[in-house]
Amino acid sequence: MRRDKTPEAALTVVQPVNPHKWVETYADYLYTYALVRINDEELAKDLVQETFLGALQRVDKFEGKSTERTWLTAILKNKIIDVYRKRSSGLANLPDEQNGLKEQHDFFNPADGHWTEAYEPQYFGIEDRDPVLNKELNGILKKCMQRLPALWLAVFTMKHMEDHSTDIICSELKVTPSNFWVIIHRAKVNLRECLQRNWL
Amino acid sequence: MNGIKKIQYDCKQATYLIEKKQIVRLTFYEKIRLWIHLAGCSVCRIFQRQSILITRMAKEFFQNPPSPRPGLDDTFKKELQDRIEERLKKD
Repeated sequence: MRRDKTPEAALTVVQPVNPHKWVETYADYLYTYALVRINDEELAKDLVQETFLGALQRVDKFEGKSTERTWLTAILKNKIIDVYRKRSSGLANLPDEQNGLKEQHDFFNPADGHWTEAYEPQYFGIEDRDPVLNKELNGILKKCMQRLPALWLAVFTMKHMEDHSTDIICSELKVTPSNFWVIIHRAKVNLRECLQRNWL
Repeated sequence: MNGIKKIQYDCKQATYLIEKKQIVRLTFYEKIRLWIHLAGCSVCRIFQRQSILITRMAKEFFQNPPSPRPGLDDTFKKELQDRIEERLKKD
């Protein structure tokens, strides 16, 4: 007797995808997920919509290996990477001066690499009181991040927050590995400086 | 400048290694280099502490984002579900 024909087997088959409940169940979650990464309410709404409509077209490919939520989030993630790529290419990527960014030679003496006096890091003064939880400091960091060039922000976000592999980041955003490290370094030096300037 | 002096002065290189260390394992040579530098440079020790703090804050922000205000409005949600239902009917 073939097992999959038994009534018991039929009962264990679950329907993992239920598009009738999608908006009610996942829209807010996906919207928050997108908004925090791309910081644009209208665009975040569009991405949520595209995610659902895109998912509908491949419902038959959903194998039930992950949860519905994980599956939808994966689709949204790819759409977010597309946004990063678009934002960080061509004209959208403003020159550094317009973002108030400093060059490496502002921070480090070109001759020996030593900190320049003007930009030496100083204590924030709250290092001993778990600063991760400091709301004001968090608020400043968010603003400082928005001032990074789009490509840097995309690299920083994909690496530090979403934990993508360096290979993926380089190929998706079309940066060379050596340029990747330069961006990671410059982004952090600038973020730290921005935090210090606005905190102290 | 001799080798050690150069390492001791080069904060640009040291901060680069501090960033690299948070993502991949440093080579043996890089580890020694950074160790020598940090032993004598209190400014880069501050940088290191704050750099790690920034990474932690950014991660935390993404993992537990505050709910956006305003969130999605009901009209948007209803229209979106209607569109989904329409497509489902077509199939």
